[in-house]
Amino acid sequence: MDLKKGTLRQVLLITDGCSNQGEDPVAMAALAREHGITVNVIGIMEENSPEYLHKGLKEVEDISLSGGGVSQIVYTAQLSQTVQMVTRKGMTQTIHGVINSELQQILGKDSTIEDLPPEKRGEVMEVVDDLGETMDLELIILVDASGSMEKKLATVQESLIDLSISLNSRMGYNQFALFSFPGKKDDTEKLIDWTPQLNSITSAFSKLSSGGITPTGPAIKAAINEFTNRRSKRRLITGDDEEYIEGSGF
Amino acid sequence: MMMKNTSKGQVFKLRAGERITGKWHRNEYSIIRELGSGATGTVYLASGRNGQVAVKTGHDSMAIISEVNVLKHFSRVQGKILGPSLIDVDDFVHGQQQIPFYVMEFLKGETLFQFMKDHKPEWAGILLVQLLTDLQMLHQAGWVFGDLKPDNLLVVGPPHRVRWIDVGGTTQVGRSIKEYTEFFDRGYWGLGTRKAEPSYDLFAASMIMINLAYPQRFEKRKDGGGQLKEAVKNSSMLSPFQSVLLKGLYGKYRSAEEMRNDMVSVLNNKGTSRMSAPPAKGQRTASRSGQRVKKKKKKRAVMFETVLLGSFLFIVYLFYLVSQSM
Ligand SMILES: Nc1ncnc2c1ncn2[C@@H]1O[C@H](COP(=O)(O)OP(=O)(O)OP(=O)(O)O)[C@@H](O)[C@H]1O
Ligand SMILES: [Mg+2]
Repeated sequence: MDLKKGTLRQVLLITDGCSNQGEDPVAMAALAREHGITVNVIGIMEENSPEYLHKGLKEVEDISLSGGGVSQIVYTAQLSQTVQMVTRKGMTQTIHGVINSELQQILGKDSTIEDLPPEKRGEVMEVVDDLGETMDLELIILVDASGSMEKKLATVQESLIDLSISLNSRMGYNQFALFSFPGKKDDTEKLIDWTPQLNSITSAFSKLSSGGITPTGPAIKAAINEFTNRRSKRRLITGDDEEYIEGSGF
Repeated sequence: MMMKNTSKGQVFKLRAGERITGKWHRNEYSIIRELGSGATGTVYLASGRNGQVAVKTGHDSMAIISEVNVLKHFSRVQGKILGPSLIDVDDFVHGQQQIPFYVMEFLKGETLFQFMKDHKPEWAGILLVQLLTDLQMLHQAGWVFGDLKPDNLLVVGPPHRVRWIDVGGTTQVGRSIKEYTEFFDRGYWGLGTRKAEPSYDLFAASMIMINLAYPQRFEKRKDGGGQLKEAVKNSSMLSPFQSVLLKGLYGKYRSAEEMRNDMVSVLNNKGTSRMSAPPAKGQRTASRSGQRVKKKKKKRAVMFETVLLGSFLFIVYLFYLVSQSM
């Protein structure tokens, strides 16, 4: 696969607890990974939130593990910096994974970057850094809009604008889309269609109606569909046979 | 803040007296004590074949290797050393795990805050000048430090000299900053992008001064830019440097050298005005005006003489330090 031409496809899931409706989100994350989509997860916690919410956050780690991504549990105040770090690490990890699987084709089944001597590893890392900086990125952000999230949405909004500052400082091209779950009518609602800048976000969250259910699994599935449709649509229009990075190899 | 990296092993600590041997280069290091730890790993003081060294181990081999890459590039920069020099890179086996580490020069010094506790406030400006001198060289070599903050600076010596450690955020000019800390990040304050360019570091350098004046730091309010301006104005430690710091914060300097030169001239003027208490005209010629006052009358109070001598020595010392950093 030609890495230089590829686009990184990542999902960033922001939630504060347990899913309670629809498909198992861990399974949906595994499915995403099969599509070459990496799922990164941020679990938001409040300093004095009740115990049962803390338990729900175990799901956060499970989803990212099965989605080949990175996860982090964080207090609301540290959200901005965490959002950008998780996204960045998720991208690096995806590229790292692809390079690992290429290495395995050359060097054998059990070889990873870690098995190379430090000097060679340094050269590989420069390639990973290069790609992370220059590759195009398609990012779907899934925001949990269930009742318990209501007070945190202002902070989420701020952190996403901050993320846009970080990603738009990269050399590569970015496209963002923003979904919330549950939506007004369906499990998932598209709040912002694909855009290179996240500034338009300010008005998006005012439209949210926080409800009692948390359909995390269906939301991940909706993100997979969005990526798949987008890809086939683009192929139809431009005949573009663009390669996507597969987040496998872990 | 710990990042949960789903493909990596867990954190562990080495104990004093433990020995580690590199798998590839077979060098042995004996751990003396922990120096500190952070997001990427833990740094130990250790003794190697050629004396004391600092050993950094990490749980994330990608992060360790990219720091090594940066340190390698530094050693290629001609002339002065920027950051600790790189000595060795290897892995050691610990139980079932293979742990990456690198070995660098041990910098013996105090953190910026420790140092400032025991020294006069005028040191802050001098250390900033030294820092700007190094930044100028770094930028010329095509790099931006990125995660510039008091934690990542040590004051070594005497003669006292600021040195930086932890190059984890160091980024090639034109790319996006690899690692940053919100208080020192212009993006957070709404004063610019996270593109690696000299002005990114100059913002952080100004914030370091603000942090020295406000050790507790403070949270951002709506208008970040206006808030920082107020913070500078309202501090007696910072207000003499107001014009320089504000230009640094607002991205008005094109190079570290420009900011350094402005800083030096403020420091020079500051010394003079303190020496000749009555309004003096030639504010710039520090030592000359000092001598003139001295000759004038023998009967001046001893007190004044002492103060005068003190500040004269201070100015000489200041010039010495500034020239040191050139
Ligand atoms: N070369 C060195 N000489 C002396 N002390 C050092 C050296 N390198 C690091 N240290 C000490 O170890 C501490 C931790 O190092 P460092 O900042 O590199 O860790 P880190 O894991 O990258 O932390 P973070 O990323 O959170 O800033 C430093 O604050 C410093 O006190
Ligand atoms: Mg540090």
